[in-house]
Order: sequence, then structure tokens, then C-alpha cells
Amino acid sequence: MPALPDGVPVPGDGALPSWVSGAPDRPFGVYVHVPFCSVRCGYCDFNTYTAAELGGGASQVEYATTALGEVDLAARVLRDAGRASAPVSTVFFGGGTPTMLPAADLVRVLGGIREAWGLADDAEVTTEANPDSVTPESLRLLADGGFTRVSFGMQSAVPHVLATLERTHDPRRIPDVVAWARDAGLDVSLDLIYGTPGESLDDWRASVEAALATGVDHVSAYALVVEPGTKMHAQVRRGLVTLPDEDDQAAKYELADDLLTAAGLGWYEVSNWARTPEHACRHNLAYWRGDDWWGIGPGAHSYVSAAPAAEPGGPTTPAATTDGTTSDDTPAGVRWWNVKHPRRYAALLADGKSPGAGRELLTASEAHLERVMLGVRLREGLDLAVLDDAGRHAVAGLVAQGLLDGVAAVRGRAVLTRRGRLLADAVVRTLTT
Amino acid sequence: MPIPGPALSARIQPSSTPSELIRNFCIIAHIDHGKSTLADRMLQLTGVVEPRAMRAQYLDRMDIERERGITIKSQAVRMPWQLDDEPYALNMIDTPGHVDFTYEVSRSLAACEGAVLLVDAAQGIEAQTLANLYLAMENELEIIPVLNKIDLPAAQPEKYAEEIAGLVGGDPADVLKVSGKTGAGVEALLDRIVRRVPAPSGDHDAESRAMIFDSVYDTYRGVVTYVRVIDGYLSPRERIAMMSTRATHELLEIGVISPEPIPTKGLGPGEVGYLITGVKDVRQSKVGDTVTSATRPAAEALGGYDDPKPMVFSGLYPVDGSDYPTLRDALDKLKLNDAALNYEPETSVALGFGFRVGFLGLLHLEIVRERLEREFDLDLISTAPNVVYDVTLDDGTPVKVTNPSEFPGGKIKEVREPVVRATILAPSEFVGTVMGLCNDRRGQMNGMDYLSEDRVELRFTLPLAEIVFDFFDHLKSRTRGYASLDYEPEGDQAADLVKVDILLQGDQVDAFSAIVHKEKAYDYGVMMTAKLKEIIPRQQFEVPIQAAVGARVIARETVRAMRKDVLAKCYGGDISRKRKLLEKQKEGKKRMKNIGSVEVPKDAFIAALSSDGVGGKETKDKKK
Repeated sequence: MPALPDGVPVPGDGALPSWVSGAPDRPFGVYVHVPFCSVRCGYCDFNTYTAAELGGGASQVEYATTALGEVDLAARVLRDAGRASAPVSTVFFGGGTPTMLPAADLVRVLGGIREAWGLADDAEVTTEANPDSVTPESLRLLADGGFTRVSFGMQSAVPHVLATLERTHDPRRIPDVVAWARDAGLDVSLDLIYGTPGESLDDWRASVEAALATGVDHVSAYALVVEPGTKMHAQVRRGLVTLPDEDDQAAKYELADDLLTAAGLGWYEVSNWARTPEHACRHNLAYWRGDDWWGIGPGAHSYVSAAPAAEPGGPTTPAATTDGTTSDDTPAGVRWWNVKHPRRYAALLADGKSPGAGRELLTASEAHLERVMLGVRLREGLDLAVLDDAGRHAVAGLVAQGLLDGVAAVRGRAVLTRRGRLLADAVVRTLTT
Repeated sequence: MPIPGPALSARIQPSSTPSELIRNFCIIAHIDHGKSTLADRMLQLTGVVEPRAMRAQYLDRMDIERERGITIKSQAVRMPWQLDDEPYALNMIDTPGHVDFTYEVSRSLAACEGAVLLVDAAQGIEAQTLANLYLAMENELEIIPVLNKIDLPAAQPEKYAEEIAGLVGGDPADVLKVSGKTGAGVEALLDRIVRRVPAPSGDHDAESRAMIFDSVYDTYRGVVTYVRVIDGYLSPRERIAMMSTRATHELLEIGVISPEPIPTKGLGPGEVGYLITGVKDVRQSKVGDTVTSATRPAAEALGGYDDPKPMVFSGLYPVDGSDYPTLRDALDKLKLNDAALNYEPETSVALGFGFRVGFLGLLHLEIVRERLEREFDLDLISTAPNVVYDVTLDDGTPVKVTNPSEFPGGKIKEVREPVVRATILAPSEFVGTVMGLCNDRRGQMNGMDYLSEDRVELRFTLPLAEIVFDFFDHLKSRTRGYASLDYEPEGDQAADLVKVDILLQGDQVDAFSAIVHKEKAYDYGVMMTAKLKEIIPRQQFEVPIQAAVGARVIARETVRAMRKDVLAKCYGGDISRKRKLLEKQKEGKKRMKNIGSVEVPKDAFIAALSSDGVGGKETKDKKK
């Protein structure tokens, strides 16, 4: 994870603004960050650590207990703010590599969440996993403990690409781990990365085909982004590796979309494909729809919207006026993020303090930009009523340019065409001019 | 220190100093040959500036002057000096050192009887210095050759003493050697000025006549006019008249600079000082004009007055269109201080509202632009500089073209362009290089002389248009910085010139139109389209870039459509950062200019119009 955003301080007790009080009619998700990996990959900019012994409640063996401390704090803070608690609809364990922790620890944290807020009957509970950190037994333990879904970091099926990414797993293991997970009753997703230096179009085709050959129902495919501060960034700067250009990445995106669609997986978000709508990741959909979530763990972000949100146009667009614009006087929500380092995180919780490092109180116009930015990424698209006048006027031009789907526009939604998906940021800028 | 005491000082009071005790001189030097530093030492040695009040380059008032180490506006300082028990009033008249200001230099020289020829002992004489030296000799000034910076390890005083002696006559041994930095030799120089520079001669009883050699706008005082009195007396509180316009003004203050303004009882024949009349515009107090008494006017003006004529034009546009009124006010203010500056509003399809501004030359352009940006906090785009063309249409109608985009499209009988007489000094090993460059630029060689064994003076007639961009840069880089250049206008010539237009997606971008020689139209078209392809970001659609002469396309490039502009991952922890990035990108959009539907970053405009873009050497060199 790159540097934390700029924000204002979080109160020591983590108290939320009073305007969040109420009972929002919407799902509530929990994200749990597990900041450990066995090795750090050269492209990775996530908040993760390879040492098992960080000490002070931040070591791997103590981590579940520490994280449960934040679950307790979260329950208290929401209660104190008068925010009614709905049962948790989705939980997502990400990292890092959550499966670096024993399955029992992950199950224990999930148990804490269930205790604090309750877990909906149909709750989706996902964990990310590294293909070389699971066994049939550990997957079985997770399923028995309430997990419903696992997302494997496959990245590529091609050894030289994995080597460049410094991924240590054996690609031949992928079909096995997928089968073990399915045998345990878990839904499975595979993550792929395209545009690695040295990756040919055929390499990429082989990776997508290998993923499909496992019969998974969900694939995420991400263009490699080399962030400042990573080892790969330094290698690029020194000219040791050359990044592919945008044309190469665009071609690989289109190839992936062709192959996945042909195999029966349809896109539901710019970088995500699922066999049926039911196979889509509901936890991630909640981010894109602007729902509330609490992020547990160092560096994790959380978001709680202002309540009650009455506007049918969108739950995060309070006080929308008739022309779709919003008044900036009303705060739309609060987002905060925890301190990055696990030891500092553990120390704050041990002191009974909030681990929040900073927060921002979103203005209506900021919330509007986020709503457009996130909503447009989805296959379901964005309700055109959410846009302001200038944004609605821009829709026709975007349809003419082949970036927005014409039929959907006539029906009142902004839905990206395939070319539009590749230029989504440009579309968002145009819609929010 | 040979500074006159009180008794002697009484004999050199302003307005009553006998002519034989006055010495008026200037310093002729190339930029960075150390004129300002030498002047500083003189101010110290003569006691007009106390050591603790001394700041480097005291006389260069404007920040830009001090930073660039060059003097734009001349000033005059009165300094006392004593030699053999006699007190003297020395007036040092500072001269601009650059080719753009030749006219101002000539007026400064006309105010003096002597000139110190200051040459860097490590570099030798430069072309511009040579030009000013010719001017000084033409004005029959006594020349005192001096080698400066003799403290430098690289100094070659013997070699350059010989070179100078060869130019001005005399014995190389008589060339003074000084160091403005250490002060060595400066006293001897002041003594020599007293001995060698003739005292001014003027008629005490005649009607007063004083020549304006500079006028400067001061925010608090209005226009401060620097004069050299030739005949008669000017006194406080009298009415004066400007002889070119017959305008009369009340004389509010008269005085000398030493080195701050000191009001006096007047100025007598041969004296140098300043006048304040309360006028607000330097155009009412023109360099070269003659000041006389309104009640007892002189019959005839002093000769040599000339109106400054702009040679180079450029469009100046605010990057932010809403700054247009600020730019207009800023130009109005600068005009008060710069009689050579003139401008008219103009509109560009690509750049919006701005001004077409006339300049004396390239340095003048650069200085004006920099002052506008610095003093008025403006962010400007300046179009590639161009010259004035006299076009005659087939039906005989004459058209004056100061903006390439206004070049007439119909049948043309003749196009005339200004030419200059250029003098280039260079080490002899670069003769071939210099000739090649001038030949490339449609130059005609007029002659060549050896100044010394290894230094050559080459003379060319060149179209002004060929040197207003990047000629000097090329000359410098191809001669490893050794060549120097001077030029002066030499009429005009007919030439086979065409207008090359640049089109983005079929729309003409007026700011990129250029008038070039027919044989170079293709080169320009190829260079400019390639340059634009580099700097125009990919759009959501394909953008053709064409260069055309009339309806004929001579070069074409294409900016391919952008294919990917999306962040792959956008999950919970990415949202704040992503939103901020989008906000920043949207802010960046405001720095875009729309040409038709093509968004061009304003910086790209600046880059494309900059001199290394236009007539860029990459293209030219490749062709060889």
C-alpha cells in the first residue's frame, strides 16, 4: 500500500461524527487486513511484512488477538455513535497473505466479528490465499469455520513471468488448489496480472486459458501497476526492466475479455468477471456501490456514510438537489485509515486507543465524484440521475465516441462499452466536468 | 586616496564646475566582461559609495539586470577625483552592452568625450564590443583600452593587448591592465581618464541645449530624464521645451547622481545630470531629443535624434485567459519605461486574446517577457518571433505583415523581408563552420579579416528572419561558445517566401503558422509536425497533424488514439487516493487549450513555440 492519504486526525477514542447516527438500510461489510507474507514480491506495494516476529502484539502468533481488539473497539464506536448494527453481510480477509496465519486464527477472528454484529445467513466470507500456503486440510478448516469463498493469487501460468513477479508458487499447483477448495465447498476466484515486463501476448493467453481450465467461476485480471517505492519501480528507473506500453496492456485486456466471455464469464466490473451474477464478489460490489464497511488491521481503510440516506438516486448522495448537484454543506460520510505499522497498530489498541491515523469527512461533491468513479466501473452502470447537468449533457458525446453503451444510456444508465472500460478514467472526468 | 578635500571640492560643485574640470566617459564592454564590477570599484575609490553601503553591481538597479549581469538602462554617476592638486568631476555614463540597444548606446556615446574600452583578458574582444567601439570612434571619442580580469589564471593580457592595439592603434604596452574584482589598476585608470579624455567644450552664453541620453520611469517621481548639457545652463523652476515635439514642461527638479539623486542649482555646459518634470510617460521624454529653455529656446536641435523601430514581433498571450486585462495593464506600465516597446491587441484562435508586440530585438523580447512574468506575476505564452514583411499583391496593393497568420493568401507579386549586416568574430578554426551556418540561413558573405593570428571577423548580409530564432544558439554551440555576433539593419530584399500552416484535425492553428523560404517550407513542415506529434498527448480519437502551403499538404503525422486510461484496481483502500488523483487530473484539464476537440496542454504550446522547437537543429542536422 502506498503512503496513507492526507487527512485530519482521528479522535483518540475513534469516535465518529454524530451525523452517522441512524439505521441505514444497507449492507455492512468488514475487511480484515493480514499484514504478513513469506516473501515480498517486487511489484507489491501493499502493507505487508515478511518477519514473523514483529513483537508487541504484532507478531503473527498474536495477530488474531490484536485484530479482535479492533473488532471490539469497532463495535463500541458504532454503538456509541448511535449507528444501528445490521448483521454483517460480507467479510473479506486480504493482505498480505491471510493464509500465512493458521486457519484456526482466521476462523477465530471471524468468530469475533459474528459475536460483535452477527453474521447474515447468506453472508459471503472470502479470504485471499497464496497457492503455496494452503492444504486440503486448511481449506476444509476454513469452510467449516464459516468461510464461503477463496481468492487465489495465481497471477500467471508462465514460469518466467512468475519469476519476474518474484512469485514463489509452482503454477502446476493451481488446478490442485482450486479442486481442494471446491471439494471443501468454497467458491473460488483466481487473480491474474497482465503486462509484466517480458510477458508476450501468447504468455498472457496461456495464463488466462490455464485459469479457465480449472473451471473457476470468477476471475480478476489486473494490469500491472508499478508503484513508487517498490523494488520493480527501482528496476524500471535504472533501466533493468522495461514496462509494456499502454497499447500492449490494452491488447491484453481485450484478449482476456474475449477469452473469459467465450468461456461464459461475463464482466461485472472493469477488472472482474463472473460466471453468473451470483458468483460476483459481493464484498467488492459493496465498495463500488458506496456501502459502509469497517477495515480491521494496520493501514486498513473504513467508510461510514451519513445517515439516514434518503435519496433513491444513490445512498452516498445525500441532499441531492433536483438538478443532481449536491450541497457541499452536508457531510456525506467519513473515511479513515489506520496506522500502517503492525507494531504501532497493536500498541494503540493495547492502550485502548483507536488505531486510526487520519480521516476525511467527505463533502457532497467529493462523495459525488466517488459515486461516479466507482459506479461507472460496474456492468450495472450508473444511474444517470446521479449526474449533474453538465455530466448528463456529456453522455451523448461519450455514446458517440463509443465509450458508453447507447441502449443503456437511453434506459437511463451509464454503462461502459469495452473501449469505454479501457478509458474509464477519461469517462469519469468527462462525466464530472 | 586622491579624493579632493573640502576646499578643492568647492570648485567642482554642480552648475558651477568649469568645463576644464569635467570629464565625461563611458565604458564599452561585452556582457560579463566585468563592466559593472569595475564601476563598483570606481564608486568605492572615489568615495561616492562607502564600503559598507556597497552592494555588488551597484548601478544595475533592476533585479533582472543584476541576475543576468547585464545593464539594460544606462545611468550617469558623478564622481570626484584629484590629480596633481586639481579636483575633477568625472561623469561615468553607463551604456547598455547589447546589440538590441544600439540606438541607446549611440546616444550615450554622444554624451561623452571618452570611452574606456574594457576587454576580458581571458576572452578578447567580442563582436558587439567591436560594434560599439566603431560607434565610439565614429563619435570621435578618446579611447582608453583596458584589459580586465587580469587576476584570472586564464588571462592572456599580452595576446589581447596586441589585439586591441591592432584595432585602436597605439602601443600594446600602453593598454592598462586592471582587475575590477581586486581593484588593481583602477586608480591608474581614473588618472588616465583625467589626462586623456578631453574636457567638454560648450558655449556658456548660448541658448541652452541638452541631449537626452536616457529616460526612466520611476513609480514615485514619474519620468526621470538623463541629460548631457551641451550649451548654456538649465536651472530649477524654469520651463523647458522638448525640441522634437515642442512640448513644454515645468522643471520640478534638476540634479546629479552620486550615486543617489542629489538636487542641484542647475547644470552647466558639459555637465551630466537628471531632470524631473512630472511627466508620466517616457515617450514624452525621448532618447536623442534636445531639451532647451521654453522662454529662451535654441534655434536648432542637436543632431542624431531617431525614433526606435521595432524589428522583431511576437504574440504575447496569457496562459490563463482571464489574465488578459492584467497583461494589458502591465504592458501599459512597461511602456512608461520603454520607449521602444509597442503593441496592439490581437486574437488567436488557438491562444485567445493577447497582443502582438514589437521589439528592438531578441534580448529586448526576452527582457520584456521576463519582466511581465516577474513583476506582474503573469504566466505567458509567446509565439515564435517573426519580422515584418512588405507584401505587394498582384493588383499592386501593399500589405504589411507583422503576424504570419495574416500573410495574404491570394496572388502575390512580391514579398520583401528585412536584412541585416552581421559581423561575426570567431577563432579561425571555425571559419568553415560559421560560413556553413550562414549559408544555411541564406546569408551572403561580404568579407573576412584576421584580427589576430587566430581570430577572424566575418561579415555577412543575412535575412533578419533567419537570425531571430536560434541563430545565435547555433553559432555558439557550433563554435564551442567562442563566436560572437553583432548585426544592424541594412534595408530589405525581395525573397521567395511562403506561409506554412499547421492543421490539427483539419483546423488551422494560427499560432504555429510561419513564413519561411520556399525551399525550407518542407523542412519546417516536417519538423513542426514531428514536434507536435511528440508533445500532443494521445486523445480518445486519432488526431492528424498536417503542414500545408496553401491547400497543399506537405507533411503529415498522426497522434494515435489513446487506448487505455483506467486504474486496474479500485477497492476500499484505493478510493480516497483514486478520488484525489481524479481531482488532480480534472484540475490539470484547466491547463489545456482546446483546438477544435483536441486538448493540447498549454505547456506543449510553449514547448512547440520555443526556439529549440522552431527551426530545431535535430531536423536540420539530419538532413545533412
